Amino acid sequence: MRNKRLLVRSLIIASWAAILFLPFKGIRGAAELFLVIAAGIPVFHFLQRGMVLPKHFRSVVSFLRPFFIPVFLIAALAVPFLAGDYYLDVLIMCGIYILLALGLNVIVGFAGLLNLGFAAFYAIGAYIYGLLNTKLGIGFWPCLPVSAAGTACAGLLVAVPALRLRGDYLAIVTLGFGEILRLVLNNWDSVTNGPNGISGIAPPQLAGISLGNLKYFYYLVLAIVLLSVFVIRRVERSRTGRAWIALRENEIAASSIGINVTRYKLYAFAFGSFWAGIAGILFAAKMRFISPESFTFAESVLILSMVILGGTGNIYGAIAGAFLLVLLPEVLREVQLYRMLILGIGLVLLMIFKPEGLLGKNLRKIRQPVED
Amino acid sequence: MLFQQVINGLTLGSVYAIIALGYTMVYGILELINFAHGEIYMLGAYLGIIFLGIFTTMGLTAYSLPLAVFLTVVLAIFFCSAYGFTMEKVAYKPLRNAPRLSPLISAIGVSIFLQNYVMITQGATDRVFPYRFGEKHLHFMNAEVTWLQGSIIAVSAILMISLHMFQKTRMGKAMRATAQDKTMAALVGINVDSIISLTFVIGAGLAAVAGVMVASYYGLVNHFIGYVAGIKAFTAAVLGGIGSIPGAMLGGIILGLIESTGAAYISSEYKDAYAFVILIIILLIKPSGILGRHTEEKV
Amino acid sequence: MVHILEARDVSKHFGGIGALEDVSFKIRKGAIISIIGPNGAGKTTLFNCLTGIARPDRGAIYFMENEISKLPAHRVTELGIARTFQNIRLFPEMTVIENVMVAQHLRVRYGLLSAIAHNRTFRKKEKDIIEKAFEYVGFVGLENFARTPACNLSYGSQRRLEIARALATEPGLLLLDEPTAGMNAIETMEVMDLIAQIRELGKTIVLIEHDMKLVMGISEWIIVLDHGVKIAEGTAEEVRNDPLVIDAYLGKEAVQ
Repeated sequence: MRNKRLLVRSLIIASWAAILFLPFKGIRGAAELFLVIAAGIPVFHFLQRGMVLPKHFRSVVSFLRPFFIPVFLIAALAVPFLAGDYYLDVLIMCGIYILLALGLNVIVGFAGLLNLGFAAFYAIGAYIYGLLNTKLGIGFWPCLPVSAAGTACAGLLVAVPALRLRGDYLAIVTLGFGEILRLVLNNWDSVTNGPNGISGIAPPQLAGISLGNLKYFYYLVLAIVLLSVFVIRRVERSRTGRAWIALRENEIAASSIGINVTRYKLYAFAFGSFWAGIAGILFAAKMRFISPESFTFAESVLILSMVILGGTGNIYGAIAGAFLLVLLPEVLREVQLYRMLILGIGLVLLMIFKPEGLLGKNLRKIRQPVED
Repeated sequence: MLFQQVINGLTLGSVYAIIALGYTMVYGILELINFAHGEIYMLGAYLGIIFLGIFTTMGLTAYSLPLAVFLTVVLAIFFCSAYGFTMEKVAYKPLRNAPRLSPLISAIGVSIFLQNYVMITQGATDRVFPYRFGEKHLHFMNAEVTWLQGSIIAVSAILMISLHMFQKTRMGKAMRATAQDKTMAALVGINVDSIISLTFVIGAGLAAVAGVMVASYYGLVNHFIGYVAGIKAFTAAVLGGIGSIPGAMLGGIILGLIESTGAAYISSEYKDAYAFVILIIILLIKPSGILGRHTEEKV
Repeated sequence: MVHILEARDVSKHFGGIGALEDVSFKIRKGAIISIIGPNGAGKTTLFNCLTGIARPDRGAIYFMENEISKLPAHRVTELGIARTFQNIRLFPEMTVIENVMVAQHLRVRYGLLSAIAHNRTFRKKEKDIIEKAFEYVGFVGLENFARTPACNLSYGSQRRLEIARALATEPGLLLLDEPTAGMNAIETMEVMDLIAQIRELGKTIVLIEHDMKLVMGISEWIIVLDHGVKIAEGTAEEVRNDPLVIDAYLGKEAVQ
């Protein structure tokens, strides 16, 4: 009886999907989709019924927890001796995205402010270095604080007016800012060289050695990522971090216990953008070439997906999210074309089935009276 | 010259207005920025090209152009409405009681999905509309109005008037009641779920017409047009006052006029930036828009 | 200074409807005062005006000689007014102890750099914060739930936690918005005891209640609101016998 109903349901869903698909891929495509879905739903259903997490999974995880960070560190330090340039290249990109995800996590995860234009801050960091380096010949190290602070200031500038708005409007304003910045980078040819971008950016130097070598650059990125995790964790567990989380959880209550809501939102924007600026300068120094194409809305969405996938508000979640979304497309080269398609479906499914992300705690499930 | 820009702006603006209606109706009922609404419009443009292409190869276009166009529009409306309906059921309905940002993120997911879905099935290059409407035009106060421009403005006006009339029907009243208070609406026997579905269906149908019109007007479409048009239509909705149907119409037309005159007299390179600048300015000065009501948040 | 708080002709309108009309009163330092009135009388709106969450359209509010009616909520809290909410507003994902720690935001301060460096100032002040937080949590009787997320507490405990959180801001004046709503008889008595203990700490307390009988015993002064207007004030005895109150308030309950 139950199986019959399941079968009927999957047939209905499959026919509906096939009808929707029909004009875009013709009769053959629609028929194929129909078969895949009609067969897929029951199969998935039975698999799901049969799949139970091993009982000892949790205790194993908690046993391994203290070893996790040291093992991870040793592995991270050893990578350049074991892996080739391709892997280093991918891992450097992972590091840059980790910085971006950590920065956005401060804004979205801690303070609860949705920012849909984060790539703009990444771009500002990159362009500050690109311009200062190619036009004035200033090196990487003096530019690092300038990029970071400049991006933080840009974050403040955007946030000051935008913070008077309610959540979803704020999201749209940040999106609008991102698009305006991209249009300016694209069209202000005399300064930014328009869509052709800036090339010939110098790699960093340290004690007379160029860090352009992938191995050295990898260690530079690793050091900065570790520093960022260290700093952000300490800020999270301080008066400031608690105030952010309080205003995310309940803004009115936060103001009623004396938190200056506007000021702490500004802090979150500035502090989060700061890391985007650092990610930007690292990106520019690694690529030695930047153009507006690297800082599109899709990029903002990708960074946001990393934060959400890992679990908003969780530093390790943001790191895991960045790793997954950088590594997966590399591993699944053949499905490169479907990357964004899958990301889109993934976001919807994540919101429906696990809105707290992979590493977030599911409070809805444990919400039960402990007393009485 | 100025009047010519006004005609161009009016054409563009009425398309924005038609798309903006979809945003504003959904926002009015669910307080959700349906980020994927622009993609429905993009689907409409592609469907127009696909179906008119089929009718052309069948010989129907040569036999009777109006019939072929009419059938194309009807089919585009049908499929877009089906997509709108499905989108709501799959991506938004399960999140109705979730925190405010969850449905917005889900909407971004749908938007990315639809863009790439069309890119994969229809190819990443521009698609050409299978029929060129003639350059025949009317002279009107020193300006040239092509028949196509005239029809776009006329069709949009008819759609807006019909929507206005619809608001007065039983169904339309139920929709307005739901927008004001879902719980009360349910208590007086309105099926809130079907009203929400209906809102998505109507919005998607309007977007389909806008899509077909734009595809025929520009002659070229790609899978990115939904994102840009969506943002602009959303700006129009906010400009007029989100949640307000006359506001969306007014906002769309104002935005169209600003864009075409701005492109002619200021700079055409920054054409796409005007919408964003206006959006940011309104949100900062008067977030409730021109015709929107000011609501105070309840403590 | 005998009076800690004074409201003069406070009015607040929502879209033409008057939620408060020229409400004036004084609150004596160290007292327990109740604001009563039927539902919709404007009690919560009054609290919102007193705490900077809503801004009165007209009138002035003085707290210890400061005009506070135009200050934002966090400034009012800084001056020493704390409150709880009728519909509980905790930080649900934070634990009980964190809820109280974050409430010391104004009272224990240190810079971002000492937080990053974990220097001596930071360590000492964080230790203070935690110790005080445990004190407040213990004071309201939640010491066994310190590490429980606030959303997992029972309803009554959530109200207690809100009181602890309000106390942690070190207020001179504590505003409690229906602190016993939704509680059974025993829980209600416990909370009333708790309120008496808070007064022992030297705090002035203003309670909102719609159940008049509940506050008669504990409060030395009662203000009665109805439809946004102050219709009476006085001791429990005076208010009970006021014909206007009987008419507008007790009369309604008798009808119900």
